[in-house]
Amino acid sequence: MNALGITAHAIAVSLIQVIAVVLGAPLLVGLMRQVRARMEGRVGGGVLQPWRDTRKLLRKERLDPDGTGPAFRTAPLVGVAVGAVAAGAIPLAATGTALGTSVDLIAVVGLLALSSAWLALAGLDTATAFGGMGASREMTIAALAEPTVLMSVFALSARVGSTNLPAIVAAGAANAGRLASPASLLAAVALAVVVLAETGRLPVDNPSTHLELTMVHEAMVLEYSGPDLALVELGAAMRLTVLLGLWSSLFAPFGIATGTGPGALLLGLAVFAAKTALLGVLLAAGEVFTAKLRLFRVPELLAGSFLLGVLAVAASFFLN
Amino acid sequence: MGLWLAVAGCAGLLAAGSALVLPPRIRVGLVGVVTAVAGAAGAVAGGFALAGHTLTLQAPNPLPLGGVYLRVDALCGVFLAVTGAVVAAAAVYGIGYFREHGSNRAVQAVWPLFALALLLVPIAASVSTLLYAWELMALTSLLLVCSGHGAETRSAGVWYAVMTHLGLVTVLAGLVWLAAAAHTETFAGIAAAAPGISPVVKGFVFALVLAGFGSKAGMVPLHAWLPRAHPEAPSPVSAVMSAAMVNLGVYGLVRVGFDLLHGGSRWWWLTLLLLGAASAVYGIIQAAVASDLKRLLAYSTVENLGLILLAVGAAGVLQDSGQQLLAALALAAGLLHTATHGAFKTLLFLGAGSVLRTTGTRDLDELGGLRTRMPVTSGLFALGALGAAALPGGAGFPSEWLLLQSLIHGRVVPGATVLVMLPVAVGAVALSAGLAVATFVKALGTGFLAKPRSRAAERAREAPAPMLLGMGAAAVACAGFALVPGLAGPALGRAVAASGLAGGQLAGSQIAGRLSALGSTLAPLLVVGAVAALVVVLKGLLRITARAQRRAAVLWDCGAGPLTARMEYTATSFAEPLQRVFDDVLAPESDLDVTPHEESAYLVEKVAYSRAVPDRIEYRLYLPVIHTVRRAGRVAGIVANGSVHRYLGYGFSAVIVLLVALAATR
Repeated sequence: MNALGITAHAIAVSLIQVIAVVLGAPLLVGLMRQVRARMEGRVGGGVLQPWRDTRKLLRKERLDPDGTGPAFRTAPLVGVAVGAVAAGAIPLAATGTALGTSVDLIAVVGLLALSSAWLALAGLDTATAFGGMGASREMTIAALAEPTVLMSVFALSARVGSTNLPAIVAAGAANAGRLASPASLLAAVALAVVVLAETGRLPVDNPSTHLELTMVHEAMVLEYSGPDLALVELGAAMRLTVLLGLWSSLFAPFGIATGTGPGALLLGLAVFAAKTALLGVLLAAGEVFTAKLRLFRVPELLAGSFLLGVLAVAASFFLN
Repeated sequence: MGLWLAVAGCAGLLAAGSALVLPPRIRVGLVGVVTAVAGAAGAVAGGFALAGHTLTLQAPNPLPLGGVYLRVDALCGVFLAVTGAVVAAAAVYGIGYFREHGSNRAVQAVWPLFALALLLVPIAASVSTLLYAWELMALTSLLLVCSGHGAETRSAGVWYAVMTHLGLVTVLAGLVWLAAAAHTETFAGIAAAAPGISPVVKGFVFALVLAGFGSKAGMVPLHAWLPRAHPEAPSPVSAVMSAAMVNLGVYGLVRVGFDLLHGGSRWWWLTLLLLGAASAVYGIIQAAVASDLKRLLAYSTVENLGLILLAVGAAGVLQDSGQQLLAALALAAGLLHTATHGAFKTLLFLGAGSVLRTTGTRDLDELGGLRTRMPVTSGLFALGALGAAALPGGAGFPSEWLLLQSLIHGRVVPGATVLVMLPVAVGAVALSAGLAVATFVKALGTGFLAKPRSRAAERAREAPAPMLLGMGAAAVACAGFALVPGLAGPALGRAVAASGLAGGQLAGSQIAGRLSALGSTLAPLLVVGAVAALVVVLKGLLRITARAQRRAAVLWDCGAGPLTARMEYTATSFAEPLQRVFDDVLAPESDLDVTPHEESAYLVEKVAYSRAVPDRIEYRLYLPVIHTVRRAGRVAGIVANGSVHRYLGYGFSAVIVLLVALAATR
């Protein structure tokens, strides 16, 4: 074991998680679209459709729209890279991740904010009205979601005494009673709202719209095409997977391997896939019955979740 | 170390003197180089102080009202090093800036003196020495703020002059009171006598210095001068004011609160913490809706100094509760943020100065497209913006991380007040961090990316080499703080220990290669390295799998016709949703003026729309006071109407009254 506490096993865990997220993220998106399609009475493109789209896009020519610069060109790469680093740090299948002691919960939140800020810059860089509009809306939502995230981090890590994810998840797995405490439940609801906002799902943003009045994420990425678009889509799917995985690891850390055996790791991976798929299906089913909020009602939703975060902190202080 | 301080002093005086006598041709270059030498020497002296050296100098009788006492310890070292480095970078930058911006002899002579005063304040070790240095700093910076022309500059100068001198009055009153109570004016004597001073006196002293030093640090609601004065000064001076001068307010509070008064009572620090939290949130909300680039940066200074004051306040509360290690960690976070803020704010103000120099405007709504016209400046500004947004990879992230850690672990402190206060503090830090991201995406995205929105922005040219060099030095510091903040650990530990907090060394040892704070760890280098490595790998993969080179193409933009710059989002439109969200806080003023056609009210001839976001605290808090003073002055005018006879009568009757009073009391 070296100074950073990285062992060969930890690197293997992280690599497996990253590969699982990269391969699984488009499948999760496909599954959610398929569930929506079936519930809305359509046939749907099948679970594999996002991968087919990616393959098609990767074969296309790479275009540089007029007047765009490095920010526009690097944003898709940063999105995927950040998703991969987050997948390597969060204990999705096993607690012993290689980056777990170097990239803590605050850093994961910061990295995800970094990738959305970068994409917003790319949107502004195109100098189109849509790009600016999407960037402005995305940053407004992100700025207001940040306090809730850190409040929930506060509520969860204050009792464990650490913001490192392996420590928080291991503490939750060792003491399941803690997960049913008021602090944990309140933080779970607060963070769930933020996950919806950060991944651009209903009721904050509609991922399948291209209507100018309602677009947020899609407006920023309108100018992307070909392989760049494939990376943007992959990055967004990975962000969704990682955030759902983070949520389930924090509030339902069942089945996550705490030891070093390969069997436990495989089981952890299977459980992670099942949990994420379940959350995805629930989310998709919920979206069928939900309408998008007006943009200026979103701050009210986020303020509500912030309040829950504050209550979670208060509960973690006083009810112990 | 004494040698380096002497070098700094001599170089500063030499620069000021040579500015007065040299011909314009060689003046700018020489003054810049010599001032940079003074700054660098100050920074080296600060480095020695941080390495653990101390120095005491005293000359009991050269000045009226007390001698000159100087003392350098590790706490001074932080501020000495930051100030010196900022001055050096700004001076090198100034060589290019003043040469093209029309160099004014007075500005060139005052500017080294300002730098010297900034280096003198932290090493002053007696009340009178500190007050002399403080006033020298206030006067020189005032002259520099007033060096421009126009109504804005004049108004900024008046605000600054009044507020900085009111601040001086409160600091003077507080420290003189303290010196009188301690029967000595040297800091060492006061610190020794402090336990015997009554808590009530100490409370009043702290309240007075809190007002004075807090106003210098831009603490809400005493911040009104800052967003006016900082933008009006020449850009290198703005950088020094925003990155170095405001820090000295923090220094004063730490020196008096922790070192001289040994911590005092809990309410001092709770007040400071809440004011810091309010400054952070209010500052960044104003910055988020500002469209003047330098005003935006000035409000961001209010935000960052608010975070530093919050950290100092948290350190005081935690120390009062007996949590020595946590307190030391909070103060270390505050001091580290002072240094990182110095680095990125220097870079940002210098970048804004380069933009102002070449385009003549600070209005983000008229900028844009600078990325292709000034690529180096844009890249450096982006690095500074990353730091100011406190995102991973930016300079501000490690210090805010440390601050959050000390707050999160504060749960061990008993008492309901603290438990209510900690979530408030975390919420303030989080909200300001989130809004800072939006603010700097706006500044970078609308100011430097996209297409130029005016002719001025179209004609922009890259800054000359000295300016790029000055910015480059600040950028290196930013990268250092972002990637290897742990190198500052031992020095921070010594600085915290020097300010009288036990546990300083231990806290310093936790900030090493990997930041660790009581069970939480973070490796900034690994975070950035992992993301950067993956980006490079992905880029390589794309290049290998791609079928052809990248090809330029027209913007699709939903298939519409060619776009003009008027269709772009501007800084104002970018911030509009945030302005709506914080409507109740900001109370923006918008005015819609519709002129109907003469013949029919249903036909509109023209529509005029204007919008402004005035500083609400200024209007609600300052204007009533100003009006009252003005009304009192007008009432006094009835008594003093200019008649000499009347004044002679007043004098005569005053003497009579005095004599009668004396006779009656004898």
